[in-house]
Amino acid sequence: MVDITVRVNGATHTNSVEARTTLSDFLRDDLDLTGTHVGCEHGVCGACTVIVDGRAVRSCLMLAVQAAGSEVTTVEGLAPDGSLGTLQQAMWDSHSFQCGFCTPGFIMQATAFLSAHPDAGEQEIREALSGNICRCTGYQSIIDGVLLAARRSHTD
Amino acid sequence: MKLPYVDYEAPETVAEAVDLLAEHQDEASVLAGGQSLIPLLALRLARPALLIDINGLGELSGVSAADGWIAIGAMTREYVAEESQLVADAVPLLAAALPLIGHEAIRSRGTIGGSLAHADPAAELPAVALALGAEFVVRGRSGERVIPAAEWFEGYLATSRRPDEILVEVRFPAAGPDTGAAFQEVARRHGDFAIVGLAASLSFTDGAISDTRLAFSGVADVPVRAADAEEFLAGERPSPEVFEEAARRATAGLDPPADLHGSAEYRKKIAATLVRRGLQAAADSARQDSARQDSAHQDSAHGRQ
Repeated sequence: MVDITVRVNGATHTNSVEARTTLSDFLRDDLDLTGTHVGCEHGVCGACTVIVDGRAVRSCLMLAVQAAGSEVTTVEGLAPDGSLGTLQQAMWDSHSFQCGFCTPGFIMQATAFLSAHPDAGEQEIREALSGNICRCTGYQSIIDGVLLAARRSHTD
Repeated sequence: MKLPYVDYEAPETVAEAVDLLAEHQDEASVLAGGQSLIPLLALRLARPALLIDINGLGELSGVSAADGWIAIGAMTREYVAEESQLVADAVPLLAAALPLIGHEAIRSRGTIGGSLAHADPAAELPAVALALGAEFVVRGRSGERVIPAAEWFEGYLATSRRPDEILVEVRFPAAGPDTGAAFQEVARRHGDFAIVGLAASLSFTDGAISDTRLAFSGVADVPVRAADAEEFLAGERPSPEVFEEAARRATAGLDPPADLHGSAEYRKKIAATLVRRGLQAAADSARQDSARQDSAHQDSAHGRQ
């Protein structure tokens, strides 16, 4: 077991983990942050995407021990007081999900992308989200939601 | 699946990492960005007894220029190289390939050295390294040695790195003036491994092609350089006919694998198309490069007045 200290959504956690524990399992099983979903467990589906030190990463392709000393943001961190953020509200308004399994991954990837590219157009958003798989929506409503969020952040 | 049980060491110096490799040899895997190794563990395609995590080795990260070469530390993240002005200016072929690697979240963690040590023949960086004649610096207990790209790729996921050596740096030659580059690929989805990819770089002297670099990904168990087409293009001027003949020569000897995504015949056809497109794109980019240099030259001439 390895002792690690990680900041997650602004709170500091000190835990003892097995080296083979992925960051996704650590978040879900040790910290009870089950908003991060685990789909394929080998880096293909994007459902487990979280933000580590400001960049989107796949939490199933990173060991928990590697997050020691890092700042991690999960989907729970986007609505700390229970009210939806701009992107979440825009995705809600655009019906950007059906079963919702892929949604946290899309939201975290889109959050990282929009913060780096606030003026992104539709094509860039499509490419930025191309690593996330959704089996329900056909993607169109997801793109609509992210575009709406980008527009609303400009008028805010 | 969950990862199998594995021992874990996070050395704080390259010397410690080398000692661990010397002790454990084939039983150990070096963990860099983990974007290929962790899936291999999850799928039980790799079963190392020990992971040597080199993410803490800050000395292996960074991009620098020296003596006409751009040296990239093995632990340099792909997004860092992608954002590097030095890479954009001096290694345009690498700059063209980097945005095509996986997806944004993959490039957040994935490293230059990790991708090249993993040596997936379908990946972008091996084709770029082979095309440009990159140099691989590996370090073992007895010191460093430098391996040219032509001797680095030995087979599917196999390189000439010895089990007790660690890849510390990859050096790319800085492009000369009037050079243009393009990385072309056909993939089912943006960010997926390409069915076939092509690294293409053209340098011009007085309007004629003076240096050509062409290498394919996805057509064999190693990246493949198109030497015959490169030689043919020397001294030629860009035209559809010349690029057509180059495409014929580049693909004549190919015997690509067949799988779910495409037959051997289909891959060969795509390869020829990519040569035509890649050469045209590289020639267009060289013209822009040359126009930029001219205007910079004029600016400096005006500055002297």
